[in-house]
Amino acid sequence: MDTTQLTRVSEFEWRVEPRGAMRVPGIIFASAELIRAMDDKVLEQVTNVASLPGIVKASYAMPDAHWGYGFPIGGVAAFDADQDGVVSAGGVGFDISCGVRTLLTGLQRADIEPVKERLADALYGSIPAGLGSTGRIHLDESGMDAMLAGGARWAVKRGWGYREDLERIEEQGCMEGAQPQAVSERARKRQRDEMGTLGSGNHYLEVQEVSEIFDPDTATAFGISRGDIVVSIHCGSRGLGHQIGTEFLKSMVISAHQHGLTLPDRELACAPIDSATGQSYLGAMRAAINCALANRQIITYLTREVFERVIPGTTLDLLYDVSHNTCKVEDHLVESRPRRLYVHRKGATRAFGPGHPELPAEFRDTGQPVLIGGSMGTASHILAGNRESETSAFSSACHGAGRAMSRRSAYKTWMGRQVIDDLHAKGILIRSPSSRGVAEEAPGAYKDVNDVVDAADAAGLARKVAKLRPVICIKG
Amino acid sequence: MWRHFPHEADIGVHGSGESLERAFEEAAVAMTAVITDPDSVACRETVAVTCEAPDRELLLVDWLNALIYEMATRRMLFRHFKVEFEGTRLHGTACGEAIDRARHQPATEVKGATYTALTLFEDPPGMWHAQCVVDV
Repeated sequence: MDTTQLTRVSEFEWRVEPRGAMRVPGIIFASAELIRAMDDKVLEQVTNVASLPGIVKASYAMPDAHWGYGFPIGGVAAFDADQDGVVSAGGVGFDISCGVRTLLTGLQRADIEPVKERLADALYGSIPAGLGSTGRIHLDESGMDAMLAGGARWAVKRGWGYREDLERIEEQGCMEGAQPQAVSERARKRQRDEMGTLGSGNHYLEVQEVSEIFDPDTATAFGISRGDIVVSIHCGSRGLGHQIGTEFLKSMVISAHQHGLTLPDRELACAPIDSATGQSYLGAMRAAINCALANRQIITYLTREVFERVIPGTTLDLLYDVSHNTCKVEDHLVESRPRRLYVHRKGATRAFGPGHPELPAEFRDTGQPVLIGGSMGTASHILAGNRESETSAFSSACHGAGRAMSRRSAYKTWMGRQVIDDLHAKGILIRSPSSRGVAEEAPGAYKDVNDVVDAADAAGLARKVAKLRPVICIKG
Repeated sequence: MWRHFPHEADIGVHGSGESLERAFEEAAVAMTAVITDPDSVACRETVAVTCEAPDRELLLVDWLNALIYEMATRRMLFRHFKVEFEGTRLHGTACGEAIDRARHQPATEVKGATYTALTLFEDPPGMWHAQCVVDV
């Protein structure tokens, strides 16, 4: 990115002053190295988002920002319904409520080493991954409605988890305000056989070892210490979310002029929060959030079954579940005044700090766990929300590494088999239905997640707690 | 003729031919190529789709999204496509077969076609191009 148009506010904060149609400034959190490596499109998209009606304070980009659709991936923007604010399908993305959950196993590396291959095969055998896979659960119409309204709470009621899990999920496992009736027949049909499936692309289930602790007190509060084995699941709302994103993107593009919206880019398609389209999208999008929460809950259930079979007596406790493609109604202080805002996080994780009323008691002193997934074969991180993040970017942090290389270049550069063998030599087992998929997701195709996390920590968005090293990766 | 073009996180699909209809058909082949080698897909079953959109650019996105829906719900991959326009409508067919994970080695699933880098153009005269980025 050409930084000459930016003002460097601090070592990790860059600002573009309002110009042209911009209503608020643009703010990018990054180190000098990360911002130089960012595509110029990120600045263009941050600027475009800043021009949308009802935007409050600023249009933000996280340290892992990259070129997205309308909104940058790694973008955060909040809108006020009372100031003609909008909701945007592109500002949430196709994979609604894609996110990460991490489970504590109580095991150490030595416990799994003798059964590593068997565990990898059993997880790969039990958790449907990749294109064309179907889940064990098939939903009829009333089951679909109950799932869309109930999220993880529905899944737990059906026996796929414990009540205690729900306290460790954003929204306590169930997004309020979901309107199953706003979810189309086509979206439902795409989901009928996809409950409890990982999907493909950068989605995965990983068995990981805690390799480093940065904040011992918070790590203790989170129940993690060096050498512990954890399991992380990265996936979203599957076909249902994709279909909802597709349908509302189109209807928002077509209805934009009726709402008097002039869009600098069609992908910025949005609708006033108080319009029929806006309300219908919010209802459908919240139902998709519930679908993602239910999906990760079912995969958790399948994972628990596998561990019980391979290492009997193991209990998997949920640390936390975060979503990084959402629009949520939240109360934030703006110039010392509390305001109710529609916060879009596209490829950004919520990071509520200590004392936030929505956090369960056990995280009141630490802030919420912020789970940052790496790419296949690379590190992941656990961070914690900071109090000052509230004033920086509506309590938001980064979500992952972000690609450094296109899929095509990655496929031309690496052979899937070779990637699997190289990672095997480092003690990392990969199980995937597609060797081309593995090549496209090769570790070298992504930016270094450590740099992104360091920048998020240094910028005060969230603080580093622990680093995780992959041991087994089930890749979609 | 089809090709891919790079996008930072995802991938662009581009089709070209002597008419806009052919360009739409080739863009669909490019989308199959995001998932698997199109030549590995046999034509065993034909599926018909109809889409409608206020302009041809939106119609390209609708066409690709209709195919994504058919691939997802029928668990099929497609190789041969036919497109005809009728006013603001598109009538198309897609011929393909059920996904065979061992043989097709599907690299990734396509989540949706987007309005990013969406353009239709004629260059040189008589050669039409249709393209957009797909989210994977």
